[in-house]
Amino acid sequence: MTRRHLLSSADLARDEVEAILTTAQSMHDVQRREVKKLPTLRGRTIINLFFEDSTRTRSSFEIAGKWMSADTINIAAKGSSASKGESLRDTVKTICAMSVDALVIRHNASGACHQVAQWVDASVINAGDGTHEHPTQALLDAYTLRGRLGGSLDGRHVVIVGDLAHSRVFRSNVITLGRLGARVTVVAPPTLMPSGIGAWAARDGFATAWDLDDVLDAASPGDRPDAVMMLRVQRERMSGGFFPTEREYTAGYGLTRERLAHLYAVVPDIPILHPGPMNRGLEISAEAADATSSVILEQVSAGVAVRMAVLYHLLAGSDAPSEKAEAS
Amino acid sequence: MSRDIGSRDLLIRGARVLGEGPADLLVRDGRIAEIGSLSGGSGAGPGGSASRDAQVIDVDGLVLLPGLVDLHTHLREPGREDAETVSSGSAAAAAGGFTAVLAMANTDPVTDTAEVAERVFDLGRAAGLVDVHPVGAVSKALAGKELAELGLMARSRARVRVFSDDGRCVSDARLMRRALDYVKAFGGVISQHSQDSRLADSAACCHEGELSGRLGLPGWPGVAEEVVVARDVMLARHTGSRVHVAHVSTAGSVEVLRWAKAQGIAVTAEVTPHHLALGTELLTGYDPVFKVNPPLRPTEDQLALRGALVEGLIDAVATDHAPHARHDKEHAFPDAAFGMLGLETAVGIVAELFVGPGLLSWAQVADRMSAAPAHIAGLTDQGRPIAVGEPANLVLIDPSAPWTVQASASQSLSRNNPWHGRELPVRVHATFLRGECTAYRGAVRGQFDIEELS
Amino acid sequence: MVAFDAAHPATQPVAREVMSSGDVSRALRRIAHEILERNKGAVGLVLLGIPSRGVPLAARLADIIAEVEGTAVPVGSLDVTMHRDDLRRQPTRVVMPTKIPTEGIDGQVVVLVDDVLYSGRTIRAALEALSELGRPRAVRLAVLVDRGHRELPVRADHVGKNLPTSSVERVQVRLSELDDEDDVVRITGGER
Repeated sequence: MTRRHLLSSADLARDEVEAILTTAQSMHDVQRREVKKLPTLRGRTIINLFFEDSTRTRSSFEIAGKWMSADTINIAAKGSSASKGESLRDTVKTICAMSVDALVIRHNASGACHQVAQWVDASVINAGDGTHEHPTQALLDAYTLRGRLGGSLDGRHVVIVGDLAHSRVFRSNVITLGRLGARVTVVAPPTLMPSGIGAWAARDGFATAWDLDDVLDAASPGDRPDAVMMLRVQRERMSGGFFPTEREYTAGYGLTRERLAHLYAVVPDIPILHPGPMNRGLEISAEAADATSSVILEQVSAGVAVRMAVLYHLLAGSDAPSEKAEAS
Repeated sequence: MSRDIGSRDLLIRGARVLGEGPADLLVRDGRIAEIGSLSGGSGAGPGGSASRDAQVIDVDGLVLLPGLVDLHTHLREPGREDAETVSSGSAAAAAGGFTAVLAMANTDPVTDTAEVAERVFDLGRAAGLVDVHPVGAVSKALAGKELAELGLMARSRARVRVFSDDGRCVSDARLMRRALDYVKAFGGVISQHSQDSRLADSAACCHEGELSGRLGLPGWPGVAEEVVVARDVMLARHTGSRVHVAHVSTAGSVEVLRWAKAQGIAVTAEVTPHHLALGTELLTGYDPVFKVNPPLRPTEDQLALRGALVEGLIDAVATDHAPHARHDKEHAFPDAAFGMLGLETAVGIVAELFVGPGLLSWAQVADRMSAAPAHIAGLTDQGRPIAVGEPANLVLIDPSAPWTVQASASQSLSRNNPWHGRELPVRVHATFLRGECTAYRGAVRGQFDIEELS
Repeated sequence: MVAFDAAHPATQPVAREVMSSGDVSRALRRIAHEILERNKGAVGLVLLGIPSRGVPLAARLADIIAEVEGTAVPVGSLDVTMHRDDLRRQPTRVVMPTKIPTEGIDGQVVVLVDDVLYSGRTIRAALEALSELGRPRAVRLAVLVDRGHRELPVRADHVGKNLPTSSVERVQVRLSELDDEDDVVRITGGER
């Protein structure tokens, strides 16, 4: 398996996802050792180029790179708008003039990583682009879920709830979970559904619903959820008129104490995921966040292992760009 | 017969006038002096009365149309001379077969006074490649609050007749009503950028639909255009004035136009080559060259627009030629500037989509790209029939000269060309402004030797 | 390194069998005895197979030792992929699990088990990987086949069969645990 960029979850076929998750398992074991450093990426330079702040994602990429002996450098960049300041192309071209093997990019604009990949020789890894995708988050969610659901997601039913319209986590998860054979149902009020989701869901084979309780309370046991993922709802959305009040959102779409109790009665110990950071009391109650079946901290801890696996799969093989001189 | 000294006769032999049978044309003093059927031997036809030093060009099989007129061009001067100037934009227009362009008002300063309008007009005159007619702003500084000096611009040397806040919509219904009322006094027309600013907020950067949902790009729906088109045709009916819908882009707008025209409302509309030919699917790579306002729309809309142009519901093709400096386009997609080039490729795209498949004749192309836009803009010396006594604003098109568009080979100063790499079936052979050859095979006056002309 | 195409065994060009199933089993039995002899018994031994075919070989050696000595020997696996120095020259390999017996390796005699010893680079990577897991009293190497062509100063302590090869040939080891066929060692490629 050789692949230069990870821009979208769609870049990874099922066998590639599985290879990454298998490698991540080995990397997870490494994390428990006293000596955590592997020589694998010795001499490689990885730049974490973050146009948008994200302590969690940046630090886990940084640790992943360092544990694999890569030289990892963080750059916090400022986005610029047209006719003002440096263009995105100039920014990345300047950075890549310094012999960079990989650019890990977080940007507040959808598609920024796709564009950068056209301009540079380095491997580009999407660490979250606007409201588009967040492929490594989907991989670590899949990794966490596999661990909780006995190793395979084939035929498992995962319910994703929240601000789908503005969620890159949803967009990547629906692809990766689908690749691994899971059935996905996404739930949101109509105003927080992405445009055209009806046609999209039909084409890509996932289900959509406006009523969370109908989904959680499925009449047929085969339709009951095997896991629930709650997405962050940004409070600013309220001012955009996407929903009237927090209270109303929570009543319809929050994983409240009551809803959790009801869910447990149907599916005991159902894994609860949240990509973080959480708005406790809005989309998820404290009881659900801290429930024994909550895997929210496992998601965080899987982050480094999964990112090590991704770096390994993208950079260790023979197709990496700085190979040209050595290959002959 | 007295003539200006130095002005030389031009004899065009064997041109297919409006795509019909071959004829010879004698051009003298910037006007068509004679037209005759080519009859066997040389010396017959109008050639007989040509002066001895006449330049003769044999254009056997080339199509002769009236010079094209673009209702919608951004020349960027004054203000962004790094992206385009009146001179470079005029060159691109001439190379594309145009003899007149309307230059949009969103310059810096905005064309909202007679002084700026006259400056643009004079720069156009100085360049001398096409007639540059400034479009005046509807509102001061395009702010959408108060009327600009419409009357002074109309009375100026530039004789402004088309007013538009293009780039922005005249959102305020009362301001739009007043503008429509006011321009009746001098036969003006309001060209509206139809887009509800609340349905298309400042973050929106593409068509809202399944693809924007997948790509995570904030979009705006077709209805953001349609509600304004619907409002404006009602205002036009109420005021008895003329409204022109700039760059129509949706099937829903076409339905409104159909209804409005059936009512006899004085509404006209233009469509761009890119909305006719390019679809949303081009955005999958997030290349900002395809970022444009109104956005590229899905296939259903493209097909409706094509049908409406053929039917005549949409009156004209206009380019919305919008040059941008590289550094304004090489941003993340949502941050990049809106707009794409179009002057040099417009007639090629129209020929590909309509003439090739037999949907429009060359005579109908002449209507949609010359006569109709000239009429909408109130230009009396452009878009005229090819007849004796008419100004010799002409374009010769080689109908069987396929060529591949190269972004680097353009008269424009900018390179945001969405047609790069596309093969077009026809090529502009030569353009004549009042009898003078302004462009020949992509080169403009000064870049080719007039004696080469053949 | 052994290279083979498990999906299309029938399409292998010319294959020459150099060890039968019986040969493999006799070789392993002899290696097990050598290990015990060298270690003066089974005490303090840890067997670590190098994926993929070193893993079942280590398990088989442990079984033989248990049968001979009557005591179980800790057995595990040691994936060396992340420590290889030739990653950049090859397509990306899938990383296999490393399983260290609960006793650990500190102070123990670790016997690394692999199917084929060739350049020695795998063993170099294994020694490096091992050093991060603890400090064995001694490290020994047992291989089923030594085909020569070393690129590093590495020598096996226990060898099932020395197999002179040319570098254009490939040595193919098949084990019943992994390959859906009886144990066999073949040479493919080269002339003939």
